[in-house]
Amino acid sequence: MTNRTVLVLLDPATEVRTSVLELLTIARGLGRVEAVALEAPTVEVLAQLGAYGVETVHQAEPARDGTSVTGDERHLPAVVAAGLAAAVRLTDADVVLLPTSFAAKEAAALAAHDLRAGLVIDAAALRDQGGRIVAGKRVFAGSWDTECVVTTDVAVVTVRANSAVAQPAEAAVEPVTEGFAVEVTRSPVALLSRTVRTDTSGRPPLDQAAVVVAGGRGTDGDFGPVEDLADALGAAVGASRDAAFEGWWDTYVGQTGVTVAPRVYIGAGISGAPHHRGGMQASQVIVAVNSDPEAPIFEICDFAVVGQLADVLPQAAAEIRKRKA
Amino acid sequence: MRIVVAAKYVPDINTERGFRDCRVVRDAGEGTLNELDENAVEAALRLVEAERESGRIGPDDGEVVVVTMAGPDGDVALRKAFQLGVDRGIRVSDDTLAGSDYFGTAAVLAAAVRKLGEEAPVDLVVTGMAALDGLGSVVPTLLGAELGLPTLNLAKKVELAPAEGSERVLTITREIDDVTERLSGPLPAVLSVTDTANQPRFPGFKLIMAARSKEIEVWTPADLGLDPAAAGTAGARTETLSAAPRPERAEPEIVTDKGEGGVALADFLIRNDLV
Repeated sequence: MTNRTVLVLLDPATEVRTSVLELLTIARGLGRVEAVALEAPTVEVLAQLGAYGVETVHQAEPARDGTSVTGDERHLPAVVAAGLAAAVRLTDADVVLLPTSFAAKEAAALAAHDLRAGLVIDAAALRDQGGRIVAGKRVFAGSWDTECVVTTDVAVVTVRANSAVAQPAEAAVEPVTEGFAVEVTRSPVALLSRTVRTDTSGRPPLDQAAVVVAGGRGTDGDFGPVEDLADALGAAVGASRDAAFEGWWDTYVGQTGVTVAPRVYIGAGISGAPHHRGGMQASQVIVAVNSDPEAPIFEICDFAVVGQLADVLPQAAAEIRKRKA
Repeated sequence: MRIVVAAKYVPDINTERGFRDCRVVRDAGEGTLNELDENAVEAALRLVEAERESGRIGPDDGEVVVVTMAGPDGDVALRKAFQLGVDRGIRVSDDTLAGSDYFGTAAVLAAAVRKLGEEAPVDLVVTGMAALDGLGSVVPTLLGAELGLPTLNLAKKVELAPAEGSERVLTITREIDDVTERLSGPLPAVLSVTDTANQPRFPGFKLIMAARSKEIEVWTPADLGLDPAAAGTAGARTETLSAAPRPERAEPEIVTDKGEGGVALADFLIRNDLV
């Protein structure tokens, strides 16, 4: 442990997502942990942050030409980036950690550009080496492991979900919220509308779930068996890109969709095209169900059933429910 | 309407990809135009075509220029872009550019866009949503920051409004991380498009033939007036320490369903403590 200060982005500040708890766990291994928020954290959020060892929450108060930036605009990557950069200058922090979402990557890039900091996207592990930050990444669809060292004073890193098991600090602390002013430069980009799609399924978010069940072409559009098994396992549901393009499911796993690295990935009726493998091959255990014994996904799985998913999935779901009861 | 597409030459994802001496292997014959850049080319061509159809520019006006930073093997990517119908291809090449990080790449591409802008105004820079080798998705953002231009990222839908006065406004719709946003900004701007923005066209026979012999312009960092410390290993803010292939997975356990396949699956998960 060094006397390094690590800032963790908390956006939104109305909940602490699992991915943020993982970031806080990783951050504690690198130094003193502080959070940066764009809005006031709730009492519950503060308690959770305290349990994870966050001593200070820096609450950005962004303003443009003397007018406060409010509402949806606060979540725009340019505003988030301005907040992060200002927080680094305020605290003299050495490391900024963000989750790996498209919006966070955009904010990370802008903040690093502003700070002339080194940038690592999609790190799977972080460690200290002689005072420098070393990031591990899994690349080329999970087939290679690389490590790189950040050679600048400040490191901005987005960390992929499921890179660590979230663990509270040994002793909880009482976090203090401190406001700080952030000057946001005038932007010609206008936000016309912003809608957050709320998920009412009660399932964990796809990018953060410990177990993922995904359906592909082999479902023929019927995701019932996929959802059934997912619910028996408390898993998230995803699709292949083909299945999503058919309109059978909203979110797809793949290198241009959601990248997942859960403890268990179950692909049903998914052949395992390179695009899909790029989004799930870093999963710890891979299970495949496919009627085609020649499906490429069998080359990268740990366990497979050759059979009709409409038969296999409901049977597996029933068996799991029976044995868990 | 003059559009620059920033494209990347990447190892084909259908080949065995890997590293040599901590650098991505980019052997001849196994590289290609980044598939996601085809969506960028398509978006650029459609914008120019729409301008021609509307009569805002003449039938022969408008230009799509593709710029890539690569060694000579990267010409494959430019020829593919020619097949799709782009007018001009530029490769920025130099040994000193190898090892560029995100910032170096953005600095080189920005310098190339600036040089093109000296010839005639550039209205728009278009990129794909990511390069399929690095998958960082941050170069479009950094390119916008380097050029000081409004940046509209990850568009699923692109709309260019007719001129209001002298200003053209670009509006995009994007769906990222469970959020749907509509953003707009005036031209000139930087735009990145996703793989759902359009269906890239298939090359026509005439264009395939013409692409073989079309001239590729090669520019060096010196031509761009680029500070040697801005790119390549010299300018990189990260240094790769190691790259190792992951161990092969153990032989999978494969069960053929004869009525008990689901039970076998459940049993596998339970016995490995995965439930």
